[in-house]
Amino acid sequence: MFLIHCPHCGEAREEEEFSYGGEAFIARPGKPAEIGDEAWGDYLFMRKNPKGWHWEMWGHATGCRKWFVVKRHTANHTIAGSWTLTEGRKVYDAEATS
Amino acid sequence: MTSHRIDLPCARIDRSQPLSFTFDGIRLAGFVGDTLASALLANGWRMLGRSFKYGRPRGIVGSGPEEPNALVQVEAGANTIPNLKATQVELYDGLVARRTTGWPSLRADLKSLGGRFGRFMPAGFYYKTFKPEFAWRRIEPLIRNAAGYGATPLDADPDLYDHQHHHAQVLVVGGGAAGLAAALAAGRAGLDVILVDESSEPGGWLLSMPNVAIAGKPSGEWLSDILAELASLPNVRVMPRTSAFALHDLNLVQAVEQLQDHLAPAARDSTKPRQRLHRIRAGRIVLATGAIDRPLVFGQNDRPGIMTASALTTYLNRYAVAVGNRVVILTSNDYAYQGACDLAKAGVRVTLVDTRTALDLAWERKARGAGIDVRAGYGISRTHGSHAIDGVQLIKLDAAGNAVPGRAPYLDCDAVGSSGGLSPTVHLYCHDGGRPQWDESRLAFIAPATGRARSGIFCVGALAGEFGLSGALEQTWIIMDEVLATFGKEQARERTHATTTEMTTSPAQRIFRVPDGKREGHGKKAFVDFQNDVATSDIHLAVRENYRSIEHIKRYTALGFGTDQGKLSNVNGFAIAADALGKSIPEVGTTTYRPAYSPVTFGTLAGPHAGNTFDPRRYTAMHACHAKRGAAFEPVGQWLRPWYFPQGSEDMHAAVKRECLAARRGVAIMDASTLGKIDLKGKDVRELLNRVYANAWTSLAPGKCRYGLMLDENGMVMDDGVTACIADDHFHMTTTTGGAARVLSWLEKWHQTEWPDLDVFMTSVTDHWATAAVVGPKSREVLAKVCKDIDLSPAAFKFMDWREGTVADVPARVFRISFSGELAFEVNVEATYGAHVWEALMEAGAEHGITPYGTETMHVLRAEKGFIIVGQDTDGSLTPYDLDMAWAVSLKKAYSFLGQRSLTREDTARKGRKQLVGLLTEQPDVVLREGAQIIESTDIKHPMPMLGHVTSSYMSPELGRSIALAVVADGIARRSPEGVKDGRDVLYAWARGDAHRVRVVSPVFLDPKGERQNV
Amino acid sequence: MSGIVNKDYSFWSLFTKGLRHHEGWEPAWRSPEPQKSYDFVIVGAGGHGLATAYYLAKEHGAKSVVVLEKGYLGGGNTARNTTIVRSNYLWDDAALLYEHALKLWEGLTQDLNFNVMFSQRGVFNLGHTLQDMRDIERRVASNNLNGIDALVLDAREVKERIPLIDTSKRARYPILGASLQPRGGVARHDAVAWGFARGASKYGVDIIENCEVVGMDIADGRIKGLETTRGYIGASRVGCVAAGHSSVLAAMAGIRLPLESHPLQALVSESMKPCLDTVVMSNAVHGYLSQSDKGELVIGAGIDHFNSYAQRGSPHVIEHTAAAIIEMFPMFSRLRMNRQWGGIVDTAPDACPIISKTRVKGLYFNCGWGTGGFKATPGSGHVFAHTLAHDEPHPLNAAFSLDRFWSGHLIDEHGAAGVAH
Repeated sequence: MFLIHCPHCGEAREEEEFSYGGEAFIARPGKPAEIGDEAWGDYLFMRKNPKGWHWEMWGHATGCRKWFVVKRHTANHTIAGSWTLTEGRKVYDAEATS
Repeated sequence: MTSHRIDLPCARIDRSQPLSFTFDGIRLAGFVGDTLASALLANGWRMLGRSFKYGRPRGIVGSGPEEPNALVQVEAGANTIPNLKATQVELYDGLVARRTTGWPSLRADLKSLGGRFGRFMPAGFYYKTFKPEFAWRRIEPLIRNAAGYGATPLDADPDLYDHQHHHAQVLVVGGGAAGLAAALAAGRAGLDVILVDESSEPGGWLLSMPNVAIAGKPSGEWLSDILAELASLPNVRVMPRTSAFALHDLNLVQAVEQLQDHLAPAARDSTKPRQRLHRIRAGRIVLATGAIDRPLVFGQNDRPGIMTASALTTYLNRYAVAVGNRVVILTSNDYAYQGACDLAKAGVRVTLVDTRTALDLAWERKARGAGIDVRAGYGISRTHGSHAIDGVQLIKLDAAGNAVPGRAPYLDCDAVGSSGGLSPTVHLYCHDGGRPQWDESRLAFIAPATGRARSGIFCVGALAGEFGLSGALEQTWIIMDEVLATFGKEQARERTHATTTEMTTSPAQRIFRVPDGKREGHGKKAFVDFQNDVATSDIHLAVRENYRSIEHIKRYTALGFGTDQGKLSNVNGFAIAADALGKSIPEVGTTTYRPAYSPVTFGTLAGPHAGNTFDPRRYTAMHACHAKRGAAFEPVGQWLRPWYFPQGSEDMHAAVKRECLAARRGVAIMDASTLGKIDLKGKDVRELLNRVYANAWTSLAPGKCRYGLMLDENGMVMDDGVTACIADDHFHMTTTTGGAARVLSWLEKWHQTEWPDLDVFMTSVTDHWATAAVVGPKSREVLAKVCKDIDLSPAAFKFMDWREGTVADVPARVFRISFSGELAFEVNVEATYGAHVWEALMEAGAEHGITPYGTETMHVLRAEKGFIIVGQDTDGSLTPYDLDMAWAVSLKKAYSFLGQRSLTREDTARKGRKQLVGLLTEQPDVVLREGAQIIESTDIKHPMPMLGHVTSSYMSPELGRSIALAVVADGIARRSPEGVKDGRDVLYAWARGDAHRVRVVSPVFLDPKGERQNV
Repeated sequence: MSGIVNKDYSFWSLFTKGLRHHEGWEPAWRSPEPQKSYDFVIVGAGGHGLATAYYLAKEHGAKSVVVLEKGYLGGGNTARNTTIVRSNYLWDDAALLYEHALKLWEGLTQDLNFNVMFSQRGVFNLGHTLQDMRDIERRVASNNLNGIDALVLDAREVKERIPLIDTSKRARYPILGASLQPRGGVARHDAVAWGFARGASKYGVDIIENCEVVGMDIADGRIKGLETTRGYIGASRVGCVAAGHSSVLAAMAGIRLPLESHPLQALVSESMKPCLDTVVMSNAVHGYLSQSDKGELVIGAGIDHFNSYAQRGSPHVIEHTAAAIIEMFPMFSRLRMNRQWGGIVDTAPDACPIISKTRVKGLYFNCGWGTGGFKATPGSGHVFAHTLAHDEPHPLNAAFSLDRFWSGHLIDEHGAAGVAH
């Protein structure tokens, strides 16, 4: 059971306080009407599901009810950090470009 | 039976407190401090059960959680506990225990007859035979009846269990010498420390080592001093009878504390928990779980009276029980010598059979000095006895441990102890992914002391390979330096603790299976795993058949699968497999260690979440009003909602008929409080609603309400409800009862992740409002009596309007909305006024016979109108178009609302999808089964094409006939009158073998123009 | 069909070999060195993968088949499921696929000459709410019309058949009734993998353990071979049957799948005298259990919601499962959990499998079985073998292609699949 640091509350709390939101940074297509069924299906259903570091969403369901992102290793459950959506996006983008 | 109790003052039993207990109906005596096992042995009891597969006689082998054989059933009736290990049952006065195997009796066991053909029943024999279906059908019940140990109670568990959560800076697991030293070091440094120990008193092996001195004190005195100091430290909590059974990610340990099982039933407090589950989240975990004496494997090593050498020692020193008078101790190492000397000193005739040809001189001298007959370079090849050991045949071994042909002595004896070295208790270390390391010099899988230090897990003592007491203490102080340093603290040096009088030991000889001079499988069975009857020949057979992975070997033979979790058998099994495979032990590796370290009661795992408190019950503010009127309740999600209100001897149908007619013709009232309610504020709420609902919200003016359909992003209907505009920047949303939490999370997630720019604040107000729906032609008159400040006239207060005012003298929001198709008002008040307003409305409606109704009548009323219930008429596979609700979809909105794009996908947009329709049976009094499948013909062929199913079905009192809603392929085109032309409107509803002819019609059975709600 | 029939396991062979100290037993399967290339490469030697290879060789006459396994065969979800077999699914596509599997189960022991201990002791799916009962009625009617045995029972009938179950109103969610599939039951999970391995090996299939696929050689949109930890292996057609690791393999081919890998936990009690002779499942309270021939209660726990490849989940899931079992069987509160474990389940958005070609020619996936793949083992292998052999789906798996996630033709079995398997 994880101990998850909520970047909004500033505290590490038991996993049971949180709800899991799946892969992070899946942006909704800006103009859904203009993309094909396949691109829409990819957005809806296709996931990276990596064995390794995973950027994922968690919501502090019984706490502040804010969503945030966590970078967690899916093979050994190590948590590298948690960030607000905005901050997390910056770290994620920086990793992607480095 | 003769008493095996001896006079040994230092033992941990209290002779001033004798106890009486029964085993298998025979009354026996023991003392406070005994376990059931020690008391049975003191009474000369040997055979306690029969083995799993072959029905062989079995007795006590160990002295703690490693015990594989002595599984007993304790107490009777609802309080009975199956499968307890006798070695862990603390004796109390009046304890009643029974064997769990042996039928019809221990001595004459039926299974042992089959066991005589054991040579034809090797590992996995059942995979190779009983293959014809008829044979397996007959054999399997016999196998099932022969299997199993204890029996389940037949009545509900009367005991309580609870959970406690802890955050500790340091958790120490194991209260032996190393664990105590670790707790003391951390405690003295001022850290918050919890120490758990599974035994009734801390001390570990110290309790069995009275003849060793530590820091100049006898071990018992050292132990009581250290416990006293720990007790004096307010930051240290020592928890005996607490077994840490699982270690999870991020240093979370689950431990179970035995609170009452050791007390006599009369002394137990039924208002307090029997056991408690502790969840301990620790900054650092110091594992001091010790090691278990590993038996040597030899022919017929499973006879009652053969146990581990350290168990013999423990029964002697801790419980003052000499298991035998003439004892043979078989060893490959020095660890067994001290115990042998202790036995000899107690007057037992001891023969020490050492597999080594060259002995440690100091130990040999000490043993001979104690009067022990020491035989170097021998093993045991087989044993003799009927229901207990009475002799062993020795075999000569060379320096490499191989059998040497020739004669060897036969020794009479009445007990045998064996020791092949120590196996550290690495279980917890491995639960969350840690891997033990093979240490060839110690012949053991050990947990390296700082191997997981980065995770905050440290290992000390025998677990980390320090098998000697002095070494373990010394190492513990060193490791604790590291632990304290991680807290920025230093340790006060008191290394004097580490000085002991224990003699040094040299490493054990590498021998696991004592050879018998024969090829494996040709001699007597030599057991590795007693509980599962796994012999060395089984492991060799598995390898021969190419089950070569250690996991295959384990699964093929059942090695280590028992309730002892392979504590005695695993390492022997790995080593014997390695020999069979021609590999080294580390190449073979271990199987995966999984929780639980020791079995844990389900009640304890569930704790307070079982029974009545399995899930919270939610009651509305009006619940008492319904209960006193005799309502039958239906669980809806966590809520209990009135289902119907029977009067007198009415059944549900009669009650519902009466309730329906009241709503249609007079006035009725329903508690609608459970609907989910979300309060939305902010200047962009309208835009949010536009995005999350299929329909449009831009034009909804304050004072108005609108029904909305919410889709998931896959385009399927996920929720519905009415939202009221309170002000331009303030809305009151209602959701389905079951969907309330899901919808709020859904809105929040979209708002926070995709639309943070929208100025919206939302909060659940489900529990803040109590809602009474006043329904029926007379509802206006009734409401008018208690609501004077709202103009209820049809012109002033239109359908789908809402008004703020006062009802029964309390502030209220009144919504003129209808889920029945009748004139109706939903009165929302602060929840605390709910009961007051309900009663006021009941009183006001008395003259019109106001009739309370529940969910069943609500369902009938709405079905008559063709209103859907999300989750009953929908199942996550229907779009608004499938529901013929295109009117609730606006494709003109700027933002592509959630799910909109999915509606145009190839399959979602195709013709002929299943669509919501009404069904009328040919016979008006036939009420279709909800769930009945729709078919085109009664000529049933499998697989029969199915067009859809009945989602809702009722007898309609107003219409005087049955009605049903269904989803049917291409249903809208089939509906009468259009479908009449080609006959596609006639179908059959099929369930449980009955087909009923039905006509497909509009789902709106009553008042299709909606005039009744507009009066 | 090939003429090879295994007959070497019998009561007689057990007797005669027993007289000779069991030294005459042959390896259950061969462990050869991998060849340079094969016509068919199956990645993953779980039950599904081995069954695929078996039927490829047996029914499609494939001569050059290899199964690659990164660990030991049958070591993934085959080794850690709760062994339930049933076919009472709601939607036609799923029900017919699982029924195909169930029919194969019914002759599997004889076909493989290996007792997989298939035991048709019935499967109960409990209903605790009125909506549960509607869903049960719907599913049972659908099953019956698809030719699948199923019946609806009320609470009294449930109690008659399962004496220890609590059907009183005491429960938080009282049991209102159940569906029963009498032909459902359990099987010995490991034996299924071993039996298929032995059968496949006899038909000439090479099984290579400790051989991990680390890369895919794809050129011109076609699979050419696989990079493995034991060297390069050329391949004409590659079928990936890797359960929780499917996404990892797909990534090697540049494909994304609609899968998430989650921990699914299970546990067993200590070995008990017979107390439950059927399979009981409840979606509403989230627990399911049966009693093994060894006497252990085999209990399925819930799924952990996070993605994971660690084969372990969170303890609160186990704690909840214990509560759910007690909710159904209040006396089991005093029994003890002996061991818990976790597997990695590959869940698809509609709780249905993917048995499909991909946009890489010659590369096929059989995955997404989520929490309930064991019951489908022979059927899954059978239709996947057909798909590989003919480069087009068997009629029974045509609906289970990847296309459905783009067309919207999902087969939503969450209700029947739930987590309760």
